[in-house]
Amino acid sequence: MSFSDNIPSLTIQRVREGLLNKHFSALELAKASITYAQAENPKTNAYLTFSPERAFAAAARVDDSIAKGEYVGSLAGVPLAVKDVIVTKDLRTTCGSRILENYKPPYDATAVYRLEQEGAVIIGKTNCDEFAMGSSNENSAFGPVRNPRALDRVPGGSSGGSAAVVAQGTAVVSLGSDTGGSIRQPASFCGVVGVTPTYGRVSRYGLVAFASSLDHIGPFARSVEDAATVLEAIAGRDDADSTSAFAPVDDYHALMHEPVRGMKLGLPKEYFEGLSSETGQVIEAAIRHLEKLGCEIKEVSLPHTKYALSCYYIIAPAEASSNLARYDGVRYTIRADGETLADMYRNTRGCGFGPEVKRRIMLGTYALSAGYYDAYYKKAQQVRTLIAQDFNEAFKQVDALITPVSPFPAFKIGEKIDDPLAMYLSDVYTLTGDLAGVPCMSVPCGQSSEGLPIGLQIFAKHFDEATMFRVAYNYERSTKQ
Amino acid sequence: MKLTDEEVRYVADLANLRLSDEEIVRMSHDLGHILTHIEQLNELDTANVPPMAQVLFEADEVATLREDIPRTPLSNQDALANAPASGGGYFKVPKVIERS
Repeated sequence: MSFSDNIPSLTIQRVREGLLNKHFSALELAKASITYAQAENPKTNAYLTFSPERAFAAAARVDDSIAKGEYVGSLAGVPLAVKDVIVTKDLRTTCGSRILENYKPPYDATAVYRLEQEGAVIIGKTNCDEFAMGSSNENSAFGPVRNPRALDRVPGGSSGGSAAVVAQGTAVVSLGSDTGGSIRQPASFCGVVGVTPTYGRVSRYGLVAFASSLDHIGPFARSVEDAATVLEAIAGRDDADSTSAFAPVDDYHALMHEPVRGMKLGLPKEYFEGLSSETGQVIEAAIRHLEKLGCEIKEVSLPHTKYALSCYYIIAPAEASSNLARYDGVRYTIRADGETLADMYRNTRGCGFGPEVKRRIMLGTYALSAGYYDAYYKKAQQVRTLIAQDFNEAFKQVDALITPVSPFPAFKIGEKIDDPLAMYLSDVYTLTGDLAGVPCMSVPCGQSSEGLPIGLQIFAKHFDEATMFRVAYNYERSTKQ
Repeated sequence: MKLTDEEVRYVADLANLRLSDEEIVRMSHDLGHILTHIEQLNELDTANVPPMAQVLFEADEVATLREDIPRTPLSNQDALANAPASGGGYFKVPKVIERS
């Protein structure tokens, strides 16, 4: 079948045309996609689990609807992968951790449910840093993911698997999660589009909790349009998550096609200090291009940027230490025996969690422990207010902000794993978006002299994903050959 | 900023984590390093800044309340399906209370 050769370059639109013009059936595509993904996976280790039964059942439903002439959803037949921190009913969900190695959730995440309602075909679950804690995917209990663009390098993290499968072409789109940059940084490292929507834009129901006030679900895609289609499908109020937003979901496709001429784009000067010269040059060229498209470029300041890392590494571990308390050997699959209940808890957690998760639980427990709460947690929450105010002030002057995603492109596997603070610094430009809760994304904008992808980060106001997509789409369309 | 091994053991107890002697040494080094970096927050005067208790919520306070309609909950069997030890419809744990 000729379409199998084209799997790596499929788009949502091409799948739709192929199905409606009867060039292939959804079931044929699902089978060919899983066969291809299984064959390619040894190169990258990006999938942890394949889900052929679930995929074939979803594809058969799509074929049935087409045969009957019924409505087919916006993602009909689209092969899709889901990060393994997002629960899927009866389908193993490990969070990249030994402690959940055999966990089969009893329900679907709202985002997963909504994707399948639109006809998406989930072909597998993707590898990630354990409980989404990491910037390189090296913290997975099931081995690191390799960057499909340079196999000796990391794909970024924590959603490294979800970025890699889209870059490699084994899935058309995927879902990831972002708490401090875990969608945008791997998107940048792998050369794909990655979107972190406004906090509350997508329900967190069924996203295994890491840091509840910072966690977001968002899409990866090979084009801005495909990312927007996925976000439209999963966005919107969900009664199962009381922090999910009531704000109506915009028609991203209609709005992103508007030209950008006359838009005001801000360059926060703090994001350009200490940037590697090569990344700086690529970002500089992208900014000049946006200027040529008619955008007005203006320097702005987000003065508290340099405090974001410290602020984040109090709040996120504090929330994590509380959220991960539930893995105690009672309800979730793995138990290490002990004489007393307390021994059983300690032994289970001691052998079930990896080093980075333990480090963050310890950091968070310390920050919340008696006598330290005001000095650490309360202080960090106050600084978080200042960081959010920086964005509010900037958005009084400009429509969107343009920055690099990461200070450097994908680094070598093993390069930073022994120095936690150096690893944390790779998220220095992405943490602020999660702390402020604003929508932000990475769109590919060039590569280093070694051919490593570099991403451009776009921030917009709360719930103004449409403006963010408009900048990204106009940039992408005018730079594509 | 330096954390002693005793402080690390105390926090590990609070967190219900069994750490090896090797892990304790590594942890006191790593946490000390990170906490030293975090001390930079003290440069900022935040006396009059409210803590960010809620990220973003644009609706009124009662918006998330719903009608109290009975729904089928997760079954007992499904809830226990992932338990490492269960019996008689309950999770089993090591003995907590001694029989007298």
